[in-house]
Amino acid sequence: MGGFDWGFTFVLVVNGVMVGLMYALIALGFVLICKATDVINFAQGEFVMFAAFIAAGVAGAGLNFWVAALVSIIGMVALGFGLERVVLRPLIGRGIIAVVMATIGLAAVLRGVAVLIFGPDTRAITMPVGDMPINLGIVSVPPAQLAGAVVSIIFLAVFSWFFLKSRVGVAMRAVADSQQVAMAMGINVRRYFALAWAMAGVVSAIGGVVWGAMLGVDNQIALVGLKVFPVVILGGLDSIVGAIVGGLIIGVVENLAAGYFDPVVGGGTKDFAPYLVMLIVLMIRPEGMFGRRRIERV
Amino acid sequence: MLALNNIEVVYDGVILVLRGVSLTAEEGRITTLLGANGAGKTTTLKAISGLLHAERGEVTKGSVELDGVRLDRLQPHEVVKRGIVQVFEGRRTFENLTVEENLVAGAHTRHDLGEIRAGIERTYATFPVLKERRQHIAGYLSGGEQQMLVIGRALMSNPKVILLDEPSLGLAPMIVEEIFGVVRRLKEEQKLTVLLVEQNAALALAIADHGYVMENGRIVLEGPAEALRQNSDIKEFYLGLNESGTRKSYRDTKHYRRRKRWLS
Ligand SMILES: Nc1ncnc2c1ncn2[C@@H]1O[C@H](COP(=O)(O)OP(=O)(O)O)[C@@H](O)[C@H]1O
Ligand SMILES: [Mg+2]
Repeated sequence: MGGFDWGFTFVLVVNGVMVGLMYALIALGFVLICKATDVINFAQGEFVMFAAFIAAGVAGAGLNFWVAALVSIIGMVALGFGLERVVLRPLIGRGIIAVVMATIGLAAVLRGVAVLIFGPDTRAITMPVGDMPINLGIVSVPPAQLAGAVVSIIFLAVFSWFFLKSRVGVAMRAVADSQQVAMAMGINVRRYFALAWAMAGVVSAIGGVVWGAMLGVDNQIALVGLKVFPVVILGGLDSIVGAIVGGLIIGVVENLAAGYFDPVVGGGTKDFAPYLVMLIVLMIRPEGMFGRRRIERV
Repeated sequence: MLALNNIEVVYDGVILVLRGVSLTAEEGRITTLLGANGAGKTTTLKAISGLLHAERGEVTKGSVELDGVRLDRLQPHEVVKRGIVQVFEGRRTFENLTVEENLVAGAHTRHDLGEIRAGIERTYATFPVLKERRQHIAGYLSGGEQQMLVIGRALMSNPKVILLDEPSLGLAPMIVEEIFGVVRRLKEEQKLTVLLVEQNAALALAIADHGYVMENGRIVLEGPAEALRQNSDIKEFYLGLNESGTRKSYRDTKHYRRRKRWLS
């Protein structure tokens, strides 16, 4: 190519980073649960969808955005706690297939129940940020997207700090490392399982509100869950940092594919490019960039 | 005083592993529980710490008491809060956490941040090598360092009683000597009560005040460490050979009951 269009690439990368931050936040919910409780949650996308529906429902009833977001967070924490208690706790010790099937079932139920409660129409969540595009030098972005990126960064930072530095975070990682040893140290492992689900609920709620504000709310939002897998495989199933880096990379890859390949082949590469990355990662480094390798000693 | 009164432990509802075990660990003393592989030593410790529940094991008869208060229905975290902590065999660090994070996790049942800080410093004073390694990932420490870490981590809960499961296993003699020296010092200076499980009788009896020998889920011999050290059965058994050069167990020796009476 003679004149490589740096400006165009820059726009794609910026957009990719902003979407990637959202992916990172949503993947964080997945990683929290996987790390602390060893459950692969196939319903993460549906969590996000359900949260968006709650927020849209509350906002639709005439309450303001902040109330809607708060209700969504509280609702998702309750849902997280409830599901852990009712669905997952009885499955402890039943093997990975039982748990995976349970979360897949959960995903279908949540999608159905959301439509039953909220109806099939697409609803809107309006962030109180106006709609004048904001100019960032070369690119100008919709304010909802920028607000979403800022919110994601704040929450990613808070959760990272919490996990890596706080005592509760250390205990949570201890549980992830060995449940038996954690118990022996006086850590109430059950309580940390519940906490992980509740935190995943919070992250899903934030994700649902922001994502819903950008795309509109219907059960298609759950499709964001499909982005979680390439992100966490790339970053490592149990790594917070991995979720963040993985999210950013997948967001950027997706946008570059959309900008450069879709016009050539007529579309569609945006959707499978992340999975292509995932397959390559699985082949060369199955534990992901930051995933824990089993520590081998002689 | 920690007391087990005639406890029976069953795994999976059917596998009877402990068949009426009674033992006591006096306050500020080192009590050792000896026995071959599979005798039921680890199960005994788990019956005390409440960790049996997580392995579908259950105390079906008898009781476990600390200073007269029953423990055998409590969850593991409640047992730790009451001042008993178990150190697993095999140096089970949180291998993906740093040394210092391991210690912080060990202090989970405590809430005063100042005390936790002081506890960490005390641990570093006890095991200076851990201070040098404080930011290292525990999984990459040497075996000796890991053993020091898991003991230091257990002490972070400020226990009255520590249950040590085969701390000497697989470690160089010099390291074992250092670790046992620390255990003895903790007993003397902090009046820590120690229940030490070992297969290495010579080592354990050298620092213990009192000892029990377990076989097949039963206590078959007990006495002051001094007496056990002199006991020819122990010598014979833990050398693994009798005069004719074959392995034997107490169950095979005719005079074991006589010995037992003589010792108790
Ligand atoms: N979780 C378990 N389920 C069933 N049997 C077990 C379990 N743990 C230990 N056992 C059995 O109990 C007996 C005593 O084991 P253990 O207490 O580990 O002995 P020791 O520590 O003296 O080597 C062994 O025969 C062992 O196979
Ligand atoms: Mg054992």
